[in-house]
Amino acid sequence: MRLRKAFAATAVSLIAATGLVACGDAGDDGDDGVKVEAKDDCDGKFEEGSRMAELSEAGKINVGHKDDQPGLGFEGATDDRPSGFDIEVAKLLIADLCIDPESDGVNWEVTISDNREPFLEQGKVDLVLASYSITEDRRLKVGQAGPYLVTGQQLLVKADSDVESIDDLKGQEVCSVTGSTSIDRIDEKGAKGVGFDSYSECVAKVLDGTVEGMSTDGTILAGFAAENEGQLKVVGDTFSEENIGVGYSKAEPEMCEWINDVLTASFSDGSWAEAFDITLGPSGVETPEPPALDPCA
Amino acid sequence: MEAVTENWDLFFRSFGYTVALFLIAAVLSMIFGTLLCALRVGPVAIMRAAATTYVTLVRNTPLVIVFAFFSFASPMFGLTFGFLDVHIGQFDFTEAFGAAVVSLTLYTSTFVCEALRSGINSVPLGQAEAARAVGLTFGGTMTQVVLPQAVRASVPPLASVQIAMLKNTSVAAAFGILEAVAQMRRFTNNFSSQRTEIFVCFALGYIVLVLLLSFAANRLERRWRVA
Repeated sequence: MRLRKAFAATAVSLIAATGLVACGDAGDDGDDGVKVEAKDDCDGKFEEGSRMAELSEAGKINVGHKDDQPGLGFEGATDDRPSGFDIEVAKLLIADLCIDPESDGVNWEVTISDNREPFLEQGKVDLVLASYSITEDRRLKVGQAGPYLVTGQQLLVKADSDVESIDDLKGQEVCSVTGSTSIDRIDEKGAKGVGFDSYSECVAKVLDGTVEGMSTDGTILAGFAAENEGQLKVVGDTFSEENIGVGYSKAEPEMCEWINDVLTASFSDGSWAEAFDITLGPSGVETPEPPALDPCA
Repeated sequence: MEAVTENWDLFFRSFGYTVALFLIAAVLSMIFGTLLCALRVGPVAIMRAAATTYVTLVRNTPLVIVFAFFSFASPMFGLTFGFLDVHIGQFDFTEAFGAAVVSLTLYTSTFVCEALRSGINSVPLGQAEAARAVGLTFGGTMTQVVLPQAVRASVPPLASVQIAMLKNTSVAAAFGILEAVAQMRRFTNNFSSQRTEIFVCFALGYIVLVLLLSFAANRLERRWRVA
């Protein structure tokens, strides 16, 4: 009998924990983002034989995105479509190809940090908008246009913590996602990066007090702080700079100019700012000036 | 290739965590597994039932869920390994390490128990009966007569169980430990142009460890071979 009770207790707490991790993720579900109308001027807009012309003609495109970063790229278990700033920018690009972003012609493919380059190289996805930091090493393998967003890493701690910045946590454990760039930055700052599988798991570890804090892009942290108001807070200045860009295959270098053109247009007509406002605005991040784009090679 | 060749320290440190996890969990799981096995074949019915239930329950739970339980669920009712705070050289053994060792031990000991039980079943019943006839207790029968023979027969399956556990330590990558797979993911993130080479280096690391383990098991098997 006692045994059975112990099992029951175990089962209950396991269910509770799973629930916590799952719910911890949920952004605002009802928000579908901006409605972006497909353009209809594609006749002869793209050069014959270019990848853009092919995509536009086929009316089909595969887009790689993240599904675990509220505000940037997020897809809850019950969502039909991902949401977030990455997704809004992707919609602008898709619409420019005269494909309706809401249609079935768009295949939203979840990518993780590890498979973004292979997916582009193998042609499984045509574009990657998955909080994809631009780095020299990645540009050896794939093309990266942009940046369309410049973010920096911050620190998330319990609301009652007196930690003021990452410098207060030298030698202590700070959580982030296994194998992410954020973990390297934590180590560079003298703290000890511990890796878990997703940001929501890190949030659970911060809440139960087993790690002092977690660190990644400030925009993501702001989302979690807003969800757990009164329990978590974002502290300190940003201590890194990530340039988030659009990934495309090196085999299709013509994509770069097109992506930059679409981004430039969105900077000037306000659709970029609107996308930012609707996705990252609610967590209290102010809409910044659009970043300067890297020239195409 | 430079990703690894210029960072051998990181490479070996990550495998250091893998080996540390393996060694500690191997010893603990052998001890706990033997105890479980003794309960399973023992004369006390309630203990037999308890051990059988435990083995069935834990063996049928995916390892990652056992890890998740000790990382996320157990802290909710106050069971954490926060007391663990050992630092040896460049290695830190803290809360996450404790959770990983406990998860691996509890999970692997069920397989150890079953491997040993298969060995015990290979010992003719007459042996145990004879031991009881000369007046040995259950403990004496087990330690003096049955287990020495059972362990010999169990070496090959026990080696398989421990080899599987060595590779199972990679689950800890997603639970806060910078062991080999976690380090590999860091390398592939930072040096994505050298993905294949990085992967091969880490695969070789695991192969070397498993070969060493198989070699040791082979030697044991030969040494303990009954004429």
